[in-house]
Amino acid sequence: MSIEVEFRHRFADFAFDIAFHTDATGITALFGHSGAGKTSIVNAIAGLFRPASGRIAVGSRVFFDSEKDIWIPPLRRRVGYVFQDSRLFPHLTVERNLQFGWRRSAAPVPQEEFFRVVKLLGLEPLLKRKPRTLSGGEQSRVALGRALLASPSILLMDEPLAALDAARRSEILPYLERLRDHAAVPIVYVSHSLGEVARLADHLVIVKEGRVAASGALFDLITDLRIPEATGEPPYGAVLATTVRRQLKEDGLTVLSFAGGELRVPFLPYPEGTRLRTHIHATDVIIACEEPRAISANNVLPATILEVRERTDSHVDVRLLCGTTKFVAWITRASCARLQLAAGVQVFAIVKSVSIVPRPA
Amino acid sequence: MPLVIPPVALGYVLLSVFGTRAPLGLWLAHFGIRFAFSWTGAALASAIITFPFQVRAIRLAVEGLDSRLLQAAETLGAGPFDRVLNIALPIALPGVIAGAILAFAACLGEFGAIITFVSSIPGETRTLPLAIYAALQTPGGDLEAARLSAMSLMLALAGLLLAEFAGRRARQFAGL
Repeated sequence: MSIEVEFRHRFADFAFDIAFHTDATGITALFGHSGAGKTSIVNAIAGLFRPASGRIAVGSRVFFDSEKDIWIPPLRRRVGYVFQDSRLFPHLTVERNLQFGWRRSAAPVPQEEFFRVVKLLGLEPLLKRKPRTLSGGEQSRVALGRALLASPSILLMDEPLAALDAARRSEILPYLERLRDHAAVPIVYVSHSLGEVARLADHLVIVKEGRVAASGALFDLITDLRIPEATGEPPYGAVLATTVRRQLKEDGLTVLSFAGGELRVPFLPYPEGTRLRTHIHATDVIIACEEPRAISANNVLPATILEVRERTDSHVDVRLLCGTTKFVAWITRASCARLQLAAGVQVFAIVKSVSIVPRPA
Repeated sequence: MPLVIPPVALGYVLLSVFGTRAPLGLWLAHFGIRFAFSWTGAALASAIITFPFQVRAIRLAVEGLDSRLLQAAETLGAGPFDRVLNIALPIALPGVIAGAILAFAACLGEFGAIITFVSSIPGETRTLPLAIYAALQTPGGDLEAARLSAMSLMLALAGLLLAEFAGRRARQFAGL
């Protein structure tokens, strides 16, 4: 299922010139500052905002084509929209909210599927309650369920976690991961949190001032140094597609393989062959010019420097290539100068095992 | 609109439109409908006098309605009629009920428009305020007037309690 979005529109003080295309099943993240225009893009896909010109299509269905004068109204687009402010209907119970889109769907999912979604989102105990009595996290889950049950052809999520505190957020994230891995519906996910994006997205679209700054597979793009430049935040680091290779029982370690090498991490209770999405934060990567011998870190990876960018007076972002996989290291300008790091220099990237975060994928 | 019109003036206007010899009054008489000097006329006058209360209440309720909820309903496949019936109306209901009860309470006190339009006919158009006034005009009617005043006070209190109760139930229903 492909998603094709391309439009131009001019407001009094803001202009849109958006174009991106993904073949991604799974989650496409729209990432950028608040005010970059992310919500307007999602509204254009949902049909709540009609751009001056362009074309929007999901799979074989064309929602909007200004040249052919096509405009499908929102109620016939079958998008599942999870709003930032969950927008539950206050006069209906949770159950009635969940049924709202389900009853109006042309091809409603069967009753068993309805209960499966209710169970997946942990909503059984809430069914008879009114939205006002729910916590923020519960409201988000109901909003997600309501959108899912409308049998959408695409799921749009506009910062569904933004209104939640860290504890609630970590309560919902596993549901979203499960959804990504089990639902056949493509998802467009708006976020300004790199952590969320790194954890959930398969495809990344970076939005900046009404334009697409970059678009590509998450594993490639997450290490792009334009992201910290666009956000003004430290670089995230690397997200690797890894597989459990073997268990080193006596050492209490698990070996993960990725395109370009292996990582040793503290023991993980997964069988060999399990695929994990592994996060290596930019602050956790040490660069050495010579191979260290007596060192506690278990991972010393030969790498080539691709790019060095000065970030602040004190910091530089370094992008490394290890095999075919890219890493990012965040180091001080002083270290960079002392080691004379520059593009093309052969180095060793050192990563402590305990700092690596693998998650099921 | 009629909020700023003196009720007596409105009663006069009604009389000159629906009066037994006024054109519209004559025409309606063919169908056996008579407003002037009948209780239906008192109801009509009260409805017009309290119309602004009702309109204001409904408008406030509709303006207070979150248009983002209607957008959400639209993305879930609800058409315009569906959205009004299943989202807008139930949520605006408390405001509409509050307006109706307020209008009813205002009717109880209406005097000028009714006495001008339909006079004060015992058993037909004599409302509580008119009866109190009539009692006061009668020698020795003080006790009667006091009784009627107490009755209207109780009615008003009962109305207030009912409004409170109905409003609470409606708000609960609307999940506000």
